[in-house]
Amino acid sequence: MGFIRGFGQFWYDLIVGDDWKIAVAVVVTLAIGTVALLAFGVPALVLTPVLGVALMAAFAIALAIDVRGH
Amino acid sequence: MDAAAWGLGAAVLLASIVEMVEALTIVMAMGMTRSWRSTLMGVGAALVALAAFTAAAGYALATWLPEAALQLAIGGLLLIFGLQWLRKAVLRSSGRKAMHDEDQIFAEEVAAARKAGEVRQGGLDWFSFMISFKGVFLEGVEVVFIVITFGLSAGNMPVAIGAAVIGVLLVLVVGIAVRGPLSKVPENTLKYGVGLLLAGFGSYWAVEGLGIFTDSRQSLDWPGADLAILVLIAAWFGLSRLLVRTLRRPEPAPVPSTSGS
Repeated sequence: MGFIRGFGQFWYDLIVGDDWKIAVAVVVTLAIGTVALLAFGVPALVLTPVLGVALMAAFAIALAIDVRGH
Repeated sequence: MDAAAWGLGAAVLLASIVEMVEALTIVMAMGMTRSWRSTLMGVGAALVALAAFTAAAGYALATWLPEAALQLAIGGLLLIFGLQWLRKAVLRSSGRKAMHDEDQIFAEEVAAARKAGEVRQGGLDWFSFMISFKGVFLEGVEVVFIVITFGLSAGNMPVAIGAAVIGVLLVLVVGIAVRGPLSKVPENTLKYGVGLLLAGFGSYWAVEGLGIFTDSRQSLDWPGADLAILVLIAAWFGLSRLLVRTLRRPEPAPVPSTSGS
């Protein structure tokens, strides 16, 4: 049990790191992109740059929340 | 080599240099204060473990995941990983987080090595073996993660592996020549650069990989194809500079002199 917990903690620290809000921001943005693609049929050439901008906005918001929390 | 391959090589090379400089600091501290033989055996064991881990993880990912799913899963992980580096770079540049200092880390490792008692068994100093093994393995896993994610997503493992090996050899040669921690390497700047590259490539692949959810299961197209990666890296750079400027702590106001002179 200790090994599994340690293994999970190692990967969490490696990928998610100090600020889980960034991981949440990325996953939520990609999930919204998937909905836009499947439910609304947004064309790929429109969706890809819009999602690029959305990822940047999500990162800026996550960082702002992090800084304000400290 | 095309532009994407050069970008891939540059990102892996820089990441490899940054992580190996950090590992070298730990190895030097153990070797110089305790036992070079045990330290180098720890390094060797870590390199064997890393090679096995790379082969197993790379084979599993390349074999079991279709291309678009691979781009989504790995691009997403790479993006989150790269944004953590970018976050630290922005916080350091804006004065909200202390700069990474190899000299200070070296001094702390040396103090810990001297403080630890005799841990000798079977002709090995297990303290220096374990600390150097852990240091090289943990720093190495970050490089391996970048090598696998970049190599598989770009479909160019040889460039990714070659760039990582060059980075390791460069740090090794300079470390042997200097015989100390490489505190002159501009680590904070390099991490900033790698964070931008990871964020640029990661966002490109993660969004491209959303195509796995469509009927065709094909990757989504970006306008301008691979050129969009350059635009994304430039945009991440612009955003990071804007954030550094916005978040910068104001300089403390000078204390007025009361001496009258």
